[in-house]
Amino acid sequence: MSVVHEVSPLIRPRSKILTRFGREVNWGDFVFRRATALLAALVIAALAAMAAAMVHGSAESLSKFGLGFISSRVWDPVRDVYGALPFIYGTIASSLLALCFAVPISLGVAIFLSELAPAWLRGPVGFLVELLAAVPSVVYGLWGIFALAPWLRTTVEPFLGRTLGFLPFFQGQQRGFGMLAGGIILAIMITPTISSVSREVLRAVPSALREGALGLGATPWEAVRVAVLPYARSGLVGATILGLGRALGETMAITMVIGNRSEISASLFAPSYTMASVIANEFSEATGSLYLSALAEVGLLLFVVTVLLNIVARLLVWRVGRLPQSGRL
Amino acid sequence: MRSSYARRKITDIFVRSACVAAALVALVPLVSVLYYVTSRGIGGINLDFFTELPKPVGESGGGMANAIVGSLKLVFLACLFGIPSGVLAGVYLAEFGESRFGKWVRFSADVMSGVPSITVGIFVYSLVVLETKHFSAFAGGVALGVLMLPTVTRTTEELLRLVPESLREAALGLGLPKWRVTLRVMLRTAAPGIATGVMLAVARVAGETAPLLFTAFSNPFWSSGLNEPTASLPVNIYNYAVSPYEEWHRQAWAAALVLLLLVLLLNVSARLLVRSRVGAR
Repeated sequence: MSVVHEVSPLIRPRSKILTRFGREVNWGDFVFRRATALLAALVIAALAAMAAAMVHGSAESLSKFGLGFISSRVWDPVRDVYGALPFIYGTIASSLLALCFAVPISLGVAIFLSELAPAWLRGPVGFLVELLAAVPSVVYGLWGIFALAPWLRTTVEPFLGRTLGFLPFFQGQQRGFGMLAGGIILAIMITPTISSVSREVLRAVPSALREGALGLGATPWEAVRVAVLPYARSGLVGATILGLGRALGETMAITMVIGNRSEISASLFAPSYTMASVIANEFSEATGSLYLSALAEVGLLLFVVTVLLNIVARLLVWRVGRLPQSGRL
Repeated sequence: MRSSYARRKITDIFVRSACVAAALVALVPLVSVLYYVTSRGIGGINLDFFTELPKPVGESGGGMANAIVGSLKLVFLACLFGIPSGVLAGVYLAEFGESRFGKWVRFSADVMSGVPSITVGIFVYSLVVLETKHFSAFAGGVALGVLMLPTVTRTTEELLRLVPESLREAALGLGLPKWRVTLRVMLRTAAPGIATGVMLAVARVAGETAPLLFTAFSNPFWSSGLNEPTASLPVNIYNYAVSPYEEWHRQAWAAALVLLLLVLLLNVSARLLVRSRVGAR
């Protein structure tokens, strides 16, 4: 180690200072510790300031509409009346739809990567799945407009309409842009999150459990089912909730494909609108303080919900293992 | 007995193939996105794209030079705000983070990393844009910096914890003060790993659009300094993609190709950096 050469000239008489308790402390240590503590405090301050800014920004709307804000369907900037129900519905419905697609696939990927794949395949496949998370949201949106939505309109939606058209979910005009497109694009974007957290959770399961089941004559899948999955369950639920948190807050890609119309419809073909989308579309053009305040309140709702979901998810994952550290989750 | 064994075998094979199928399905969108962006974007890439300003609607040609420079400016500002504070906060967590205060910092960083980027946009709007009364590159840089902060903090902490304690003990034994041990031994040893984490964080914010919509806004012309609204690649892709003009769609694909190459390059090289280090040990 080259460190040895550098150390000797650095040793010089040090100035000492006394702390409150009369201990001698090197002044460099004293300053260093406090300086880094200050920057660490910045993290707490940023989160607190974020919460304060959201509450402050939405104060006018909070006092004017109260609880009616989340149950009213009317969003009318011309008459200055605001209710967020269609956006809340769109956000929740699109995120749950995304979970329906993403959870089975992500679990499959995680089980494949941690239990079944040969060692030489784990690295490359894991890397590709993480690349899926690296593609910017706006690029997914662009792909959604020009590749996904036309495919849905010409192929998938006519097929669903023909075969399952008796269900209310698959009725109405087939536009391509709508809830189905939004759900699929969110599913693509949260699959890497759920699968990489799930993989870490499965890896944290003691291998003695696995080996015990295999030793008793279980097939590889039975070993996973009876020994690994029960141990990992709370962590896998946590991974799903982390994915849900990402889906709720995702903005650009879904804004570009969901159709942006504040309707509440059971049909997956119908256009919808999400909380994040309405902020993205209207915030910079909002005139009037009540309008801005109502948009800020939508943001506040989103903020509170995602923070709570994150806390729950992390507590669940910590019961089993640790979160993977690469990238933002 | 025999048939039950056969059934178990078949179930096993079925579930295993389902898992392989899931992995393949998960990768279909990646392949499709890469294919579309490459095939549609490559036509729009030429010298003009990197050197010219956007042309008004109806005229063909033009480029996105201002957006490329704008994006670089924003990412540079984000690094300036996000990296030093994130690394030092991470150092605090790794070295002195067992206190109750440390636990709160860690908790806040984790919660912050899950906050939607659009709400960070609202936050910086009320913090900077409302105060200065205009959109600016500075505000955009602050928004991206805030997004980087929790990732950089936690990555730094995790990687410092991986450095063997024997290195610290050896350095302390040679008479170095604690802070020098931290900076010159611990941090230096963890540096390649931290660099990887930072590059991943940079790649992430380079593609962020939502927090820029009402902080950096956009600008069809060059923006001078940091005090004016500035164009950026992600916001331009969004504005061009949702416009009704064929020519702008072509430009959006070209911009997406440039952005995607930049982001993937950062990602791949960050991971290779780690791999080469691990291999060398």
